Amino acid sequence: MVAPIVTYDGFSFWYGDFQALYDLDLDVAPRSVTAIIGPSGCGKSTLIKSVNRIVELEADVRVEGKILLGGEDIYAPGVDLVSLRRRVGMVFQKPNPFPMSVFDNVAYGPRLFGVTGRRELEAVVEESLTRAALWPEVRDRLGSSALRLSGGQQQRLCIARCLAVEPDVLLMDEPAASLDPTSTQKIEDLIIELKKNYTIIIVTHNMQQAARISSRTAFLLNGRLVEVNDTETMFTRPENKVTEDYITGRFG
Amino acid sequence: MADERTKAGAPGLTLVRKGADEIAAQIFRAVTYTVVAVFAGIVVYIAARAWPVLRPSFILEPPRHGMLEGGISTCIYGTVALLVLTAVFAVPVGVATAVYLNEFVGWGKRARLARAAVNNLAGVPSIVFGLFGLGFFVVFLHIGASLLAASLTLAIVVLPIVIVSTEEALKAVPQDYRLGSAALGATRWQTISKVTLPQAVPGIITGTILSIGRVAGETAPILFTGAAFYLPYLPEHPRQQFMELSYHIFAMATQASDITKSTPIAFGTTFVLIILVFAFNLIGVLYRARLRGRKAW
Repeated sequence: MVAPIVTYDGFSFWYGDFQALYDLDLDVAPRSVTAIIGPSGCGKSTLIKSVNRIVELEADVRVEGKILLGGEDIYAPGVDLVSLRRRVGMVFQKPNPFPMSVFDNVAYGPRLFGVTGRRELEAVVEESLTRAALWPEVRDRLGSSALRLSGGQQQRLCIARCLAVEPDVLLMDEPAASLDPTSTQKIEDLIIELKKNYTIIIVTHNMQQAARISSRTAFLLNGRLVEVNDTETMFTRPENKVTEDYITGRFG
Repeated sequence: MADERTKAGAPGLTLVRKGADEIAAQIFRAVTYTVVAVFAGIVVYIAARAWPVLRPSFILEPPRHGMLEGGISTCIYGTVALLVLTAVFAVPVGVATAVYLNEFVGWGKRARLARAAVNNLAGVPSIVFGLFGLGFFVVFLHIGASLLAASLTLAIVVLPIVIVSTEEALKAVPQDYRLGSAALGATRWQTISKVTLPQAVPGIITGTILSIGRVAGETAPILFTGAAFYLPYLPEHPRQQFMELSYHIFAMATQASDITKSTPIAFGTTFVLIILVFAFNLIGVLYRARLRGRKAW
């Protein structure tokens, strides 16, 4: 196996006194899609939000163990969160484009890092929107508000916004949960396309979605990893009885 | 068909319910109308009592002859100058504090301590601020009783209101924006300056204008710190004393030599003060409406 790009190494996580994750070990291979499944409240979101440490903005948290990104411990003292988040992009459950133009949304990241040249920004915006499969739909209205796009377009815009800062890893927290089936289809196609260049960790409630897009699947229950397996194996011959019960819809 | 079903015992759709729901609605409506009526009654009463003095000259001329004749122009000027200076001192500090409390500190002990301080500040009676202003600004800092000392004192009174209203405006900005920005690698200050503040500015401005309007009638904080019983001239710089509407009302109502002449002036001044506060509120509300209309996204 190729050296993993993200490694959870005995990782535990607390919100205040509440322990959300217990001693996780998980390797994520580069240029792959890893799906995280499990019932609501099992810690799926926490698991991915720990990789860009965005979870710290929402609550008072404490961790034990490590998460390695390219071999570096992201919880080591002195880690620069700005550099970390530049390498680990995130797409949220609800599309959250900024109340700005389509162009300014995509250019937001590059501008943070000092790119100011109009031509340079235009190139990045076109490139990112193309990679997010949105360019043909918005090329004529780059200057209009991002909030006027449809939900599915907004979500692809958010993906383009991430791509513009050239991350290695993309975290996706149920990115299609609020979208209609057609938009969901587009997002799934996009994820399969993006896997060629990016490492994607995606949380999903939808078993079929996990089966369609991911190469590996991790089943999380009450903050503990029950089973991590090749997606195909997981959905045909799960090793664990609990996994089988969950996948077949007997609970959760 | 429908008749048969009704006969079978199903309640008809037109059944009128004279239950608790209806009674509750009536009570709440009556209470609300009472509040409106009390307010309208106060304004009408004041306007009626003020009627004898309400002429253009009342707001254009300074007081004359023991303040029993002429107008109250110097008081209006003093009040406006006081409020403008108060805003100049209170707004930057208040907004900065609110941004710090809402965007930077988060969950720590320091934030709780600071919030407790702000809340307690809001609960302190204004006469206490007046005494503090006298002791600190006027005497200790040697500013002397003046427009400057009074507006600094009033700035402290309005500070918690500015902080709370700014925090409300910041809280109204969806958390999704902050998370999205941070996830792209923005520093906290980049998120605040590029996303949060631009979104919150209309709310902050409106809140600030309304806050200033709310302390426009405060008398106690300026009583010992700069308001003058009578001045024959307008203050030319902030180190001078000034006349002010609410203090003028107090003077006319309690200290004047001829009650028949001073009472209408007291009511006239009250009326002008109320109109001034209305104007502040109206500006705040209109400004908010305009910004909302203009915001294309």
